[in-house]
Amino acid sequence: MKILTVCGAGQGSSLILKMNVQDVIDELGLDADVDNSNISTAKNSGADLILAGEFHEDALEGFEVPVITVSDFMDNEEIKSKIQNFLEKKGE
Amino acid sequence: MISEYLTKNNIRLGVEVADWQEAIKKSGSILEANGLIETEYIDAMIEMVKDKGAYIVITPGLALPHARPENGARKNGLSLLTLKEPVDFGHSKNDPVKVVISFCAADDSSHTQMLSELAEFLKDKKNVNYIKEVNSKKELLAYFKSYDKGGEGNEDFNSVRSRSGQ
Repeated sequence: MKILTVCGAGQGSSLILKMNVQDVIDELGLDADVDNSNISTAKNSGADLILAGEFHEDALEGFEVPVITVSDFMDNEEIKSKIQNFLEKKGE
Repeated sequence: MISEYLTKNNIRLGVEVADWQEAIKKSGSILEANGLIETEYIDAMIEMVKDKGAYIVITPGLALPHARPENGARKNGLSLLTLKEPVDFGHSKNDPVKVVISFCAADDSSHTQMLSELAEFLKDKKNVNYIKEVNSKKELLAYFKSYDKGGEGNEDFNSVRSRSGQ
């Protein structure tokens, strides 16, 4: 699975979110690659899942890729429960 | 090492500001005073919020303003500003903001280590809460040094170090 974290500039918030998503992925033992980018390059990234701040919800609308929005980028419990929720819905 | 990125030259505590734009300006002016950015970078940080929203408020009470390398960033660096009275940035859950950490990056990748260490530090809510409350720069600098050494209360220190090389 390829996960992309996204923010406006693609080098600050998304990078921090990527680090914390990576921690969660390791903790859950998932087989996934995490990368970060800005919104404009996210569309054609080929990712299976996008994580972003809630502000980017509108910008990410219409993407084929499922989007999870996170409000506290430093809260691994929030990130973990949202990823788990996504995986359950997906049936894995 | 956090104490290498945040020093007496780029920290200001208990600053009064009227609104979020002034908070970014004052935070950015620290970067400018240290020769890390051109003046235009500060405006670009404000534009980023106007344009893309207050997503830079990454955790309750803490904003991480930044712009793109091509907006006038000369070198990689951070600045830390705490506000006397918190201000709203326009984030539905993480407002109001008390701590403003601006950063600049000369390119897309070389700042990764700096942000990674910052993220490890901020992940511990205890550290964020400490910065929100501290009034003395001297005490804060000592706190950073103690954190870097894995001092008191840093039980996660070993796991932090082992991961920071990734």
